[in-house]
This record gives sequence, C-alpha cells and structure tokens, in this order.
Amino acid sequence: MNGELDLIAEMLKHSPALIVAIPLLGAFLTPLIGKINDKIRNAFAVFIVALTSFFVFLLANDILSNGSIHTYVFGGGPALTEGGFAVRILFEVDGMNAFMAIIASILALAGVIYSWAFMKENTGLDKYYTLILLMIAGMFGMILTGDMFNFFVFLEIASISACALIAFRTNQGKAVDAGFKYIVISAIGALLILFAIALLYSQYNALNMAVLAREIQLTFLDKIALALLIAGLAMKAGIVPMHMWLPDAYGRAPASVTILLVGATQASLYGALRMTSTLYGKNIIAVLKHVDFDLFGQSVVFDITLNGVLGFIILLLAILTIFIGVLMALKETNFKRMIAFAAIAEIGYMILAIGSAFLAVASIDTVTSSAILSQPGYMALKGGIFHILNDALDIGLLFLVAGAIYYATKETSLNKLGGLARNMKYTTIFFLIGLFAVAGMPPLNGFASKILIYESTYQVNPILSIIAILCSILLLAVFVKVFHSAFLGPKQEKFDNVKEAPKSMLIAMGIIACLIIFIGLFPEYVLNNIVTPAADALVNFGNYIHEVDSNYVISLIGGF
Amino acid sequence: MIYQIPYIAVVALILIGLYAIIFRRNLIKMVIGITLIESGVNLFLITLAFQKDSTAPIYHGSETGLTMSLPVPHALTLTSIVIGVAVTALMLTLVIHIYKHYQTLDARKIGMEGDEE
Repeated sequence: MNGELDLIAEMLKHSPALIVAIPLLGAFLTPLIGKINDKIRNAFAVFIVALTSFFVFLLANDILSNGSIHTYVFGGGPALTEGGFAVRILFEVDGMNAFMAIIASILALAGVIYSWAFMKENTGLDKYYTLILLMIAGMFGMILTGDMFNFFVFLEIASISACALIAFRTNQGKAVDAGFKYIVISAIGALLILFAIALLYSQYNALNMAVLAREIQLTFLDKIALALLIAGLAMKAGIVPMHMWLPDAYGRAPASVTILLVGATQASLYGALRMTSTLYGKNIIAVLKHVDFDLFGQSVVFDITLNGVLGFIILLLAILTIFIGVLMALKETNFKRMIAFAAIAEIGYMILAIGSAFLAVASIDTVTSSAILSQPGYMALKGGIFHILNDALDIGLLFLVAGAIYYATKETSLNKLGGLARNMKYTTIFFLIGLFAVAGMPPLNGFASKILIYESTYQVNPILSIIAILCSILLLAVFVKVFHSAFLGPKQEKFDNVKEAPKSMLIAMGIIACLIIFIGLFPEYVLNNIVTPAADALVNFGNYIHEVDSNYVISLIGGF
Repeated sequence: MIYQIPYIAVVALILIGLYAIIFRRNLIKMVIGITLIESGVNLFLITLAFQKDSTAPIYHGSETGLTMSLPVPHALTLTSIVIGVAVTALMLTLVIHIYKHYQTLDARKIGMEGDEE
C-alpha cells in the first residue's frame, strides 16, 4: 500500500517535466515505429498523448483541489542558488497553468484521435505525427514553464512545427502561402518577445518569472518590454491588427492541425495574461502620469494608471477584434475560413473580459500581494478564463465538423454544399451542438461563460456588453446560414454517395461534444472547481513568487 | 560613446529588418528582414554580456580579480541562433514551394487564385 502511494507521489512530483518530456521523446520515436506498421504508429501517437493527458490530469487534480503550486527545478535543488541567484531553469505550475494544460490536453487528444482516419489518404504521415507531437510538447512547455527564455524556446518549437503542419499539403499553393504568413508573423512576434526578455534581463539579471515579478520596478525599459511582450503575444494570439494570418492558417491547415493551432493560440494568450498579471502584477496600479489641468475654471485632477491604460487598450482591441471577426465571418463563403473568423471574434470576447478585469483592479494588498478587484472585475476575470475553455471546445468542434465535411465531400465552398444532413446525421448533430455553443445559446457551455462576460462588462460599461450581445447574435446568424446551406436544402446528386465520417473522427467530435454538453449542464461545478482556482492564481500573484523565493512574505490565501 | 555604438547598431538592424518585412514585396527580402531583426536581437544580448575590459568567462585556476563577461546571455544567444537557423531554413523551404506553385516571389501575386479547389 505504502509503495503505491509513493509511486503516485513520485509521479506527481515529476509530472511537470514528464508532460513535456513524453511527447518530445514520442515525437522522435514515431518515425522509428512507423517503420513497423502504420496502425501501430497511429496507436503509438494516441498512446503518447493519452499518457501525457494522464499526467496533466494527475497534476491538475492535485493543484486545483489543494490550491498548491508545483515547481519542478531541472537539475534538482532549490529554485534559487545560495545567495539568491536565479540561474536554474524551472517549471512552475499553479491553478492557471493547470487550467491551460487541461485545455491543451483535451485538444491534443481530440486532434490525434481525429488524425487517425482524417489523414489516412495523405503521404508522409511519419513526419506528420512527429510534428504533431513536437507541437504538443511545445504547447505544454509554453504553458508550464516558469522561465522567460524557456517560454521563448517552447514558443518557437510550437510555431516552427505548427508552420510545417499548416503547409503540410504542399501540393496546395494556398496552404504553403498560409504557412509562410504564419511563420513570418510568429518569427517577428517571437523576436519581439526575445528582445523584451533581454531588456528585462539587462536590468534584473534574472530570467525566472517569479524572481522578475519580485524585482520589477516599472522603469522606462520595463514599460518598453511590457509593450513588446504584449505586441508579440498578441501577434501570436491573432488579436485584430495582427489577425490576418489566422484565417489563412486555420483555413488551410488540415482540420486535425487546426484544433491544435487553437490550443497554441490560447497558449500565447495565456502567456500574455501571465506576463501582465503576474510579471507586472506588483506594479499594475502604478501611476504613470498625474494629470492636473484647468477646464473652464474647474480643476481636473486624475491619475493615469498602468491598469487603466492596459485595460483601455485591451478593451479597444477587443471590440475591434469582435467586430472585424464577426463582420468578416458574415461575408465569407469558405467554410473553414468562416469558422476561423468566428474564432477571432471569440478571442475578442476573452480579451474583452480580461480588459474589463484590468480596469477593475482597485488596489494591491501589500501584505498578501494580491490584486483587489471589484466584484464585477473578478467576475469578468472568471468569465474570460472560463471562455478560454469554452471557446477551445466550441471552435475546435466546429473545425472538426468542417474537416469531416471536407473529408466526405472534398468541398470547402459553402455555395457548393447542400443537403448533407441526409447522409451525415451524426456530423449534423455535432455541428448543431457547436453552432449553439459558439453563439452562446443556453443550455450549452458558451452561454455559461458569455453570461458572466455580459453581466460583468455591463457594470464596467453598458456599451461593451451591448456590443458583445449584438455580435453574439450576428454569430448565430452566420452559423445558421452555414447550417442551412450545408446541411439542409434539396438533395444534391453529386453528394448521393457521401458517407458518414469514419469512426475515429466521430469519436474525437463526440468527446468534445460531450464535454460541451457537460459544461453547459453543470457550469457551476466547472466554475468552482477549475475556473475559480485559475482566476485566484492570477489574482494572488504573491503565491507565485513565494513558491520560488520563500523569503518573500505573504499570507497563503488572498481574501475575496 | 564608443560603448553606445552596439546599441545604435541594434536599433538600426531591427528597424531595417522591419522596413524590409513591411515594405518589400519580394519574399526572399522578407526572409532577409527577419534574419536582420534576429541579428539585431542577438547583438543586443551579446552587448548586454560585455563589460569594459572583460575576458571570456573561463577560469584557468590561478587568475584573480578578473572582470568577466556574463555567460548567461552567451548561452541565450547560442540558443537563439540555433532557433533562428531552423526558422530561416523553414521559411526558405516554403519560399521554394511558393515559387514552384506561382512562378513568382512577388507577395502581391501569391494566393490570389479563386477559392475553388
């Protein structure tokens, strides 16, 4: 009995490293195993991802239920050397990381199972599975790492393999074009991030996120670094001025890759959240400029604070992102590109909530180092984080459905599709579930997070929530149009021989659809057990620092 | 003043790189732009490590009181160079494929064909 417990404890202790190491090793074993048999290779890839997911859930279960933070220092020993030098590379996993890792593992599992049948007709599948596993390793690395430079390295691993996967069908000129766009944007983004890391390193001699968060002073260089970090990560996340790569990349990549790309995009979004709220957490309410002037005989006095500026910029980008995403989705006729534009709009919803949360930071508790948010601000933060999960599932499901239709009909243009509901009834049901979830209809999961976002942004500014609701309705219109033109309508002769998607694709879609319904039916359960610990982890950034530097004084639980 | 020159070079490299990416339409020139930005960032990292009269950070055993340059940025630069090579190689492969499909490297003429496949 005791031995068993030890095994679990050991696995738990090493799981942060294993989550990255298993897919990384598996990636390079795949071509070898592919020499034996195609089926064994596919099963091996699924096994590797399932094993990784097992460790993710083991780790996440411990973190989310106990509220603990796991650090894994490579090479062993304490996080800081004697004398307090932060030279060791470490992974630091708190509620937010665990939350993101769960999303990534669901998407990875669905993507790999889906690939089994979906990619069967393609050649070069040994390389395909290697790249997929590499991308998964990169994604988990980005999510789990506690080191700035490590973050950059994993970001590059994820984006290089993602680019190769987007351009996987090199016989299509547009796929190659999309891959090139993606690599240009992500290379520039990554270099901006590296430049910011260098700026931070030059001042504080540290690359460790927790140590940087402890030291940061918000000097002029820090402000430049913050701007570079946000710009770089926004490029990778597809927020509006830098969104043009996203519809191409999402639309041209094979559907099984697109669902992983959704995960990589959200890992970048997580990066931006971690940088702003943990790294700069201590200075988030710092006064940038004191304004004092005379307006018609009345003196106007107010302070421009960092969180105000950040919140304002993020909200502006969010509204642009939602608007442009929805409007472009309305006029698009290519199925996958349309979903990609809807994905842009959904990202807009997340940052809308996050921007409102930043605006609502009232003060920093100096004893516990936690950000004191107003009640709507805290609700907005939870809504935004919850929406990351829901968006990943909804958009992921829609992309898988679009892939299934492409697989069955070899057709992507909506004008040429029609009457598919007759032959593909399961796919139709999955599409309906995805449709209502994305549009935020009760009782599916999109509603649960969107209602939180509407309610909280209404209290920040009513106009925001009006725009959000309006665009949600437009999204519904977009997808109802798709449903009508692709699934309903008269029977078309050329689709008479269309068959239902193969089993592995149905299983992958089924897993996600079940999760969507489960979250939709029990939003309270998910909110309390998964989302709230993640939001608390972001708010109580003192704990994150304390875990690495135990001299940093805080009490363990910040109060709300 | 002499110690400021590397920083000026860093800014110049990054700006020239950005100019090339934004305003040049030739894909190869865009790739060159990205490598220029990368060189700029690498130069910045190396410059951070350097101190006046410093030597390479290697102990021979007997020296005392030497000023050494910081080893960490060197390690970062090496990693970043390796990643940069991979990115550049991948980009050039894609450029070759694009050229095969479209017989041109002009970014305005690529991916413009109709949506029907």
